[in-house]
Amino acid sequence: MAEFGNFCLLFALCLSLYALFAALIGASQRQPRIVKSAEKAAFAAAGCTTLSFAALLYLTFTNDFSISHIAESSSRDLAVFYKIAAIWGAHDGSMLLWVFFTALLCAIVIYQNRSRYRDMMPYVLAVLMIDLCFFLSLNFFLSNPFKQLTQVLADGTLQKFMPADGRGLNPLLQHWAMVIHPPILYLGFIGFLIPFAFAIAALITGQIGTTWIRTTRRWTLLTWLLLGAGLLLGGKWAYVVLGWGGYWGWDPVENSSLMPWLMGTAFLHSVIIQERRGMLKIWNTILIMLTYLLGVFGTFITRSGVVSSVHAFSDSGLGHFFLIYMAAVLIASLGLIAARRSIMKSERQLDSLLSRESAFVFNNLVLVAACLAVFFGTMFPVFSKWITGVQITLDAPFFNKINIPIGLILLLLTGVGPLFAWRKTSLESLRRAFFWPAISAAVVVAVVFIGGIRHFYFIICMALCTFVLVSIVEEFFKGALVRRETKGESFAAAVVNLTLKNKRRYGGYIVHFSIVMIFAGLAGNAFNRETKAQLATGQELRIGS
Amino acid sequence: MARMKFIVGGAVIVAALAWMGFVGFQESKAYYITVDEYASMAGDLHGKTVKLAGDVVAGSIDRTKPRMEFIIESRTNKIKVRYIGTDIIPDTFKDGSKALVEGNIAGDGAFEARRIEAKCASKYEAEYKKRSSS
Repeated sequence: MAEFGNFCLLFALCLSLYALFAALIGASQRQPRIVKSAEKAAFAAAGCTTLSFAALLYLTFTNDFSISHIAESSSRDLAVFYKIAAIWGAHDGSMLLWVFFTALLCAIVIYQNRSRYRDMMPYVLAVLMIDLCFFLSLNFFLSNPFKQLTQVLADGTLQKFMPADGRGLNPLLQHWAMVIHPPILYLGFIGFLIPFAFAIAALITGQIGTTWIRTTRRWTLLTWLLLGAGLLLGGKWAYVVLGWGGYWGWDPVENSSLMPWLMGTAFLHSVIIQERRGMLKIWNTILIMLTYLLGVFGTFITRSGVVSSVHAFSDSGLGHFFLIYMAAVLIASLGLIAARRSIMKSERQLDSLLSRESAFVFNNLVLVAACLAVFFGTMFPVFSKWITGVQITLDAPFFNKINIPIGLILLLLTGVGPLFAWRKTSLESLRRAFFWPAISAAVVVAVVFIGGIRHFYFIICMALCTFVLVSIVEEFFKGALVRRETKGESFAAAVVNLTLKNKRRYGGYIVHFSIVMIFAGLAGNAFNRETKAQLATGQELRIGS
Repeated sequence: MARMKFIVGGAVIVAALAWMGFVGFQESKAYYITVDEYASMAGDLHGKTVKLAGDVVAGSIDRTKPRMEFIIESRTNKIKVRYIGTDIIPDTFKDGSKALVEGNIAGDGAFEARRIEAKCASKYEAEYKKRSSS
């Protein structure tokens, strides 16, 4: 079975290499049949990685400890539930999960677009296959999950070796979140490959319109959602399992999954401007490129041991390959953008500071600043080692100092952005739109202040949360009132139909609502008191004042 | 005109964030070094926050003093550490474990740690690897 799984992995690599070259040749010679064969090869590659994954699953369930990966991460007494988690409980198997998901997503995208965008698809396929080939070769050659254990006999010959039992899954990883967290997070990283591939294909074919954005919108949203869910699950796991007393420790691995999320959030917002107003084309392409690269960077951080972390796998010696790959993608993409810059000019200029466009641009600026700050803080030990020869680390105070104000500015923009009109907002309409949110925020500030709380950031955060919350409620309320008048629906039906008719707008409000909930939760941290002490029998300890 | 306002607004935000970043940087930067590196640059590190990584010397943990003391070593150097923090010492901290202590140099040349992190000795893994793959 190990040989079968291994063979499937190698065959998938061959197929994806074929798909890559066939797609490029088919496109340059305008031979749809060659492109079709490339697509079929990509499907077959997905089939092969699925078989390979199934083989590892089978080997894990049958306790085949002659496989190094299984001996390291599973054991006979491990519950079935955790045996699944054992597959991604160590480096090699988690890489296979990554490859499996990548191949599957590629196949779905190719199938979805089998009769659309025929000029763009070969290049989309090529980009997808470059990514898949890279990870498949790493998986097959450098971190093979089917590697078998051997031992040296007294006479110097090698012999296969099967321990009686495996080492078992690290107890810290035996938690329900571990079974769903990595798959969700991986999908959240990998999914950004799809909009990136379409962006590159749009650049190559010169179709810098909004086609690539519209067609990948759902992929982007789904990926963003999964990455966000993965982040929250990771926090839940850390809160329950690790004794940090917290859900977030600004640990390098946590940071490396936050960075693509921040960049992806910026991308989600700023493409709206390109769709509506034809602006920021170069910016959007750079954003999706960085989002994709930060996803790869996240795996690099987790797997290379370049910075130490509680979540990381131990050093796997893959670091250099990741660096070369990321540098190559960065240079190629930037070169392509530079070559196409003449057709990527903005169709319009910013009209006014008080406009939806400028709220979006500020949102982008702040999100990218947050991402840069996290990047800088995470990589500072590495940079300082290069420059001064001494490693200097940065801890939570650094990240909090810079990201709390950033978060509050973002929260403000979440509230005011949707109230601004496109192009230009009159002061009169602003006054009307801001009236109830601002009054409510003021009331909350007064109540909190009278309640005796003087924590500056907490008060600001509560005020902004109220502002956003009331503005969202007002949007639904006003829209539903209009619908009730014109269509004669009941109020509740009007709210539901309103949302379904304009999912993008009202769905966005629902997401904003959940962000407000998260911020309100984070603000509670201001009152977090943690004391650790050893007490003798009968001794008392008072926490807080 | 709008563009100008925009650039000014953006610059103000970026400058404010950069300042916050700088303040946070001063507050939380810590030198991360091994005991060997520490021995060769001890003079430069007075008054600075240092994270010191090394192995706990077996048998050196002395819990009889009012402040627990122990010795950590890396390849060629050793240093005495006095724990002045208030947190409970992690269970993984014992003879031979890899420890990361955070604090600064005390007047008497010992290292005063405010925080201790410890990892189990990785010998288990190394032994396993040796037995299974070599």
